[in-house]
Amino acid sequence: MSTLAPNPRVRLPQRPGDPANVVIRGARILDPVAGIDRIGDLVVRDGVIGGDPNGLESIDGTGLTVVPGLVDVHVHLRTPGKEHAEDIATGTASAAAGGVVAVLAMPNTQPPTDNPSILGSLLERASREAVVPTGFIPAITVGQKGESLTEHGDLAEAGAAALSDDGVPVGSALVMRRALQYQKATGLLFTLHEEDMSLSGPGVMHEGTVSARIGLAGIPGVSEAVQVARDCALAGYEDGRIHICHVSARETVDEIRRAKERGVEVTAEVTPHHLLLTDEVVGDDPDPARFKMNPPLRSEDDRQALIEALVDGTIDVIATDHAPHPGDEKESPFAEAPFGVIGLETAFAACHTELVLGGRMSLEDLILRMSSRPAEIFGLPVPTLSDGAQANLALVDLEAVETVGDRPYASKSSNAAFVGMDLTGRIIMTLAGGQDVYRRDA
Amino acid sequence: MGKVLIDSDQCRRTVARIAHEIVEHHPDTSAVALVGLHTRGVPLAERLRVLIEEFSGEAPAIGSVDIALYRDDVGVGGGRRGVVPVVGETILDFDIASHSVVLVDDVLYTGRTIRAAIDAVFDYGRPPKVELAVLVDRGHRELPIRPDYVGRNLPTNRDERITVHLAEIDGTDEVLLEEGS
Amino acid sequence: MSTRSSLLRIADLASDDVGRILGTADRFASVMDRDIKKVPTLRGRTVVNLFLEPSTRTSTSFELAAKRLSADVVSIKGQGTSMDKGETLKDTILTLEAYEPDVFVIRHPQVGACAVAGRYTDAAVVNAGDGTGEHPTQALLDVFTVQQEVGPLDGMHVAIVGDVLHSRVARSGIQAFRMMGARVTVVAPPTLVPRHLAEALGVEVSADIRDIADADIVYVLRMQLERMGAGGFVPSLEEYARMYQVNHTRLRPGQRVMHAGPVNRGVEISGAVVDDPDSLIEAQAANGLVVRMAVLYDVLTEAASEPGADEGGIALEAA
Repeated sequence: MSTLAPNPRVRLPQRPGDPANVVIRGARILDPVAGIDRIGDLVVRDGVIGGDPNGLESIDGTGLTVVPGLVDVHVHLRTPGKEHAEDIATGTASAAAGGVVAVLAMPNTQPPTDNPSILGSLLERASREAVVPTGFIPAITVGQKGESLTEHGDLAEAGAAALSDDGVPVGSALVMRRALQYQKATGLLFTLHEEDMSLSGPGVMHEGTVSARIGLAGIPGVSEAVQVARDCALAGYEDGRIHICHVSARETVDEIRRAKERGVEVTAEVTPHHLLLTDEVVGDDPDPARFKMNPPLRSEDDRQALIEALVDGTIDVIATDHAPHPGDEKESPFAEAPFGVIGLETAFAACHTELVLGGRMSLEDLILRMSSRPAEIFGLPVPTLSDGAQANLALVDLEAVETVGDRPYASKSSNAAFVGMDLTGRIIMTLAGGQDVYRRDA
Repeated sequence: MGKVLIDSDQCRRTVARIAHEIVEHHPDTSAVALVGLHTRGVPLAERLRVLIEEFSGEAPAIGSVDIALYRDDVGVGGGRRGVVPVVGETILDFDIASHSVVLVDDVLYTGRTIRAAIDAVFDYGRPPKVELAVLVDRGHRELPIRPDYVGRNLPTNRDERITVHLAEIDGTDEVLLEEGS
Repeated sequence: MSTRSSLLRIADLASDDVGRILGTADRFASVMDRDIKKVPTLRGRTVVNLFLEPSTRTSTSFELAAKRLSADVVSIKGQGTSMDKGETLKDTILTLEAYEPDVFVIRHPQVGACAVAGRYTDAAVVNAGDGTGEHPTQALLDVFTVQQEVGPLDGMHVAIVGDVLHSRVARSGIQAFRMMGARVTVVAPPTLVPRHLAEALGVEVSADIRDIADADIVYVLRMQLERMGAGGFVPSLEEYARMYQVNHTRLRPGQRVMHAGPVNRGVEISGAVVDDPDSLIEAQAANGLVVRMAVLYDVLTEAASEPGADEGGIALEAA
């Protein structure tokens, strides 16, 4: 497994705010990285963990659990260009409501984030608007066209967290190879959206029994696997480091497993919706466009392969691919609707319900996959509950059950895949960057 | 179960009387066409045909009409899915222009069925005359329709229900009065 | 939300429903034999035909069906509507709702469009073809044609030949034929059969045209010319015709041929087979009208009474 020392150049600006001053009393305090698991009080004074609880706001933590805050390395903040769907403020507010203390935003904006000037302006906006520390992942190629490299060096210098062409793959193997060669000079991780566009074709959902039955064009799992195989081979050849976004298919899992076995520096992420849902929901639901995303929801066999891969470490982390779209756009026939679902606010509850309550992994392991490992892979500060550390934590109620869709979202958009589902795990409070960024109203 | 108003024996005699009345009013029964309304008007019309031939020596023409396509009450369920009326067969294999049509039905009530039957027949041609024969007239007309030949007048309340059973369909002949709709 | 019953897919029907609808179609066929071919059944009802994909035969069939039932008909075609100016399907439906239509008959290039439309109207929705999705009225008239001309489908073997991947006719047809008890085999180039079709719809799949040999009915699908050539699904028209054309050399006497039309003579089907008096193609085209009348009747009529109740009595009481 690849571990990086914290990247000194990455910038994660957050808007200014008062440091948190609060003591949580009588909660379970759980930090698997620091080896903390106790019932007691957790003090946060001036945004830092530990110290004298006197005079601080007291929060009753009985029956609740304090965990290190989640780190979501794959979100879309739609800024610049589509701020009616989401902006930095609402997207990061959405993160805070989901117990997420740091996010990395993808570059498929309008215009794409593909030069230091746009990156700089986004970082500057984040420093005024971001509710939680926010990093940006600029594009690998100019305009995300897959033809020529962006200025990786300057972008690294300007504080880029990683590079990605997310939304589209890097089509040319030669361009991908050049990028991997150049990576040795910049150290920036590539996080890759993988599909072969010629195989995906006009597909809009998983190519399987449901697409055969209802007549929608399918995207085969092998489209993703073929591209992943190519990039793992290139990364192996060039000693590069890559991270695979939103793995969705069994075939892809097999490729990643084989690549890791031969020593390729590849890590991978999976989304909560791919862990919980399959293509069956598209066939049955009267409003199926809310289940449209790329890569698509696949078969139950693929879903089980993803869970097994997450459990055995072939897939390293969970990331939401939070993709807001205004309601109107999702109200069209399936093929015309845009790809994407939001997920920041429901990620923890969804994964806790499916994986922990479902007996597939422990709560400690889930925290590792949603908090420390993503931070480690991307060279970000690892949230911890140790004394002296900056407060980056979530107070959660692991018993509370909620029906998704009942509450309004902090996100501007509401295109959620879990609407109507009962999920267990409610975020009560979030501290990020030492600030008090979210309180659940009673 | 309901109260028997007309039993099988009485039914038989009533139908025979109607046949006699038709013969009495039509010197040339071969110029008459009995048209039974689905469902129970059809076997009644057939019985009348046999009897009329027996009494007059000349068989009238016979046909049947289904009024499903001419009803005035379809689609008024306010959008809620009700029951789809099954469309039965309309067979009028005689020259309408030269036969006096006698519509035959088991119960005459509001008159709306008869109105629909008249419209249906007129879409096939223009008969010189149309008459109506019913086994039971239970009153409560909502249209200016009157029967020419009536088996029995049975005044009823609106919340009562007249049920006719005929041997060809129900195994026995009887007319019952039941409470409720 | 449609409060009326809609017909979006064959799976919306059970075999009883199919029996009822086709029984009604048979009655309408006798109405069509008379001089006065109209009945007043749907007088006062409004039928909106929204055809957003080119179609002459289906749109004409639905328009005439509604008119023969005395309904008021509005026909809207793809060219020249506000949809071409970027208005969404949702907004088009909402605008037309102002006229309180009783039913929308919709043909649209996208799968699922009829279901989307149904969310924004109280009217019933009849799917006249949604992209590569379904074409339920075609399947119904195909079943009707077999029943009228050949016999009950129960126990028959139907072979469907051609581009199943892109065919809504096949997708609905397979389900309808199977619902009525037939066994279905799909014969096609492997590139034109959806993966998992066998499992998804319960059919046998073959790439060998000889496997139509023991079929009672051979249903031929139109081969769209765009599927050929560079980067296409088959190398050439000629090769397709050589390997899969349904012609007299491949048919045995007694097999009946069907095709939803329009035919490409010499491609998927030989001209001789099209013109053969035993082919069911003309009967299919003719049956479209009465089956669509039956569908409109089924979707729009409801009565306060049970079918078969004493029509002289309570039956006609207004609800």
